[in-house]
Amino acid sequence: MKILVPLKRVSDPDNANKIKVGAGKVETTGLEWKPNPFDEYAVETALRLTENGTNAKARLGEVTVVTFGPKETETTLRAALATGADKAIRVDTTDDAIDGDLLARALKALVEREKPDLVLLGKQQVDGDANQVAQLLAEYLGWPQATFAGQITSEADKALLVSREVDGGSIKLRVTLPAVVSVDLRIVNAVGVTSMHTPPTHKYSDGVRFAALMAIMAAKKKSLTEVKLTDLSPDTALKIKYTGFDLPPARKAGVKIKTVAELVQKLKTEAKVL
Amino acid sequence: MNTLVIAELSEGKLRKSTHSAINFARQTGAPFSILALGPGAKAAASELASFGAAKVLAADDAAIAGQVAELHAPTIAAVAKAGGFDILVACASSFGKDVMPRVAAKLGAGYAADISSVKAEGGKLVYRRPVYAGNAYGTCELLTAVQVVTVRQSEFAAAEPSGGASPVEAVATAPADPAAARVEFVGLEAAKSERPDLGEAKVIVSGGRALKERFAEVLDPLATLLSAAVGASRAACDAGYAPPELQVGQTGRVVAPQLYFAIGISGAIQHLAGMKGSKTIVAINKDADAPIFQVADYGLVADLFVAVPELIAELKKAQ
Ligand SMILES: Cc1cc2nc3c(=O)[nH]c(=O)nc-3n(C[C@H](O)[C@H](O)[C@H](O)COP(=O)(O)OP(=O)(O)OC[C@H]3O[C@@H](n4cnc5c(N)ncnc54)[C@H](O)[C@@H]3O)c2cc1C
Ligand SMILES: Nc1ncnc2c1ncn2[C@@H]1O[C@H](COP(=O)(O)O)[C@@H](O)[C@H]1O
Repeated sequence: MKILVPLKRVSDPDNANKIKVGAGKVETTGLEWKPNPFDEYAVETALRLTENGTNAKARLGEVTVVTFGPKETETTLRAALATGADKAIRVDTTDDAIDGDLLARALKALVEREKPDLVLLGKQQVDGDANQVAQLLAEYLGWPQATFAGQITSEADKALLVSREVDGGSIKLRVTLPAVVSVDLRIVNAVGVTSMHTPPTHKYSDGVRFAALMAIMAAKKKSLTEVKLTDLSPDTALKIKYTGFDLPPARKAGVKIKTVAELVQKLKTEAKVL
Repeated sequence: MNTLVIAELSEGKLRKSTHSAINFARQTGAPFSILALGPGAKAAASELASFGAAKVLAADDAAIAGQVAELHAPTIAAVAKAGGFDILVACASSFGKDVMPRVAAKLGAGYAADISSVKAEGGKLVYRRPVYAGNAYGTCELLTAVQVVTVRQSEFAAAEPSGGASPVEAVATAPADPAAARVEFVGLEAAKSERPDLGEAKVIVSGGRALKERFAEVLDPLATLLSAAVGASRAACDAGYAPPELQVGQTGRVVAPQLYFAIGISGAIQHLAGMKGSKTIVAINKDADAPIFQVADYGLVADLFVAVPELIAELKKAQ
């Protein structure tokens, strides 16, 4: 199976409370760049689908990672190559010059070139929280989609049985490849991915794999090509425009209560919520 | 401007999230219609006839089975085109977020998710939406003639009926997408719960990793006593102490009840993103430095396994 994984770097989500706004922009200066966590999960999912877990070194498919960003985002691509992805593509652009719709249109052109069986994305980037690229791409390609996947079983590399995490439960869909799938948090649990290549007795550990030092060295030799955005989409018009940002008023820390009795009393007489 | 509200049905029943989308439509000040799709749409449409819509449209067709985007999107797009609708809105539920971008792509429309407020300014709609897990808000416009949005249930209160009787009309289902032939709806596993939905509950009792295997045993009696919904942190869901659909946070449900209990939850930024809008927050945590105390109105530094039973006893006494 050939899988394309679009991935993005984001400013450290665990320190998002340190961001500032100024001059109509979000200032993230001082925050570290990290891969979007959902995209790391997508890479892990793609690797699990294209290997025998008991012998992960022998690749049984191909995982291509692609990012849209400036030169320095190649660090994020190299990191994905080090964890096991086979090749990488960088589409040269900047965050300000793209939106979800342009990204989806450009990805469509890239899919037509690379001909993957599956595009695996994160369900959302955790900076813009836009939650749309997978769905837009699926429509532009005319492919089926399965969003917010918490579990995937690959059926003979021809179809995927996907359990989607939805409000109030889960929905099971069977999509015939080629398809677009976006992944949710639980996909990287030990039982998130079931592939025909890995014996059912094999247990993955929870979470994503880390790159071994040797693999980091080897990743420097893997193919990383650059593509111009206009080669993929001559029309670079955006459909959304941000005119400003602001910080929500901080919630004030309240009081510490000594006893349960006092808590109940405050909830009744002060907060009046009981 | 002419707004089309997409109603949300689950297993033939109208979901309350629909009323948040209606609230948005009213705030735009433009006339609006409502579209319900799938089996049960006719009944849902008559339920929706008293909300002041110009029309309520129903595509009551068994062919639109299950929450499958490929089955809903063609009809939504066709109805939007035929009726000259230029603003399309659904709730930012898992349903809305799945299907509405597909509709936007069909219509060449711009799309924005999770709108928290809307203003009509000089004939344009200006939206606000949270970014960076709600640590900042962006003000944005969609630059296309047709615009598609999903709105936060926690920010748009459920619309109340306004009386009157909108005409209810049947609409035809559009031909399915070729993609629909390649997706099979296997089934919905709905959580069976007598409790209110997280999006609608007035009181939420949420638990974290600290509860371990005793999650339900400790929290259920408190939730029952308060007629509350039960929520959870990601860590509690990942560990299997609570089912995934209970997750509250940036990437789970976003809630804003009158009263939110965070019990054995540290208060990671991603969790706060989903509950900071609650009116009153109570935190019970044995670590006095836990970040949850920075947003809690009332903080109790205690072992939850002692404090929760005590709280139940105290509440019973007070009743
Ligand atoms: C991409 C991404 C998305 C995420 N989305 C979400 C999300 O939507 N929602 C979410 O919740 N998280 C989310 N997270 C995870 C988040 O970062 C935290 O890891 C998670 O919220 C921690 O859960 P917790 O507070 O239950 O666990 P912990 O951080 O382990 O905290 C447990 C707390 O319990 C306290 N405690 C322990 N024992 C007791 C006791 N006996 N009595 C009282 N207190 C006790 C401890 O002091 C501690 O504060 C996300 C993470 C990522 C990377
Ligand atoms: N700049 C980017 N480069 C590559 N992939 C991206 C980029 N932005 C978003 N994506 C992909 O699209 C997914 C959903 O993002 P979004 O819909 O923008 O929240 C992400 O998880 C990534 O997989």
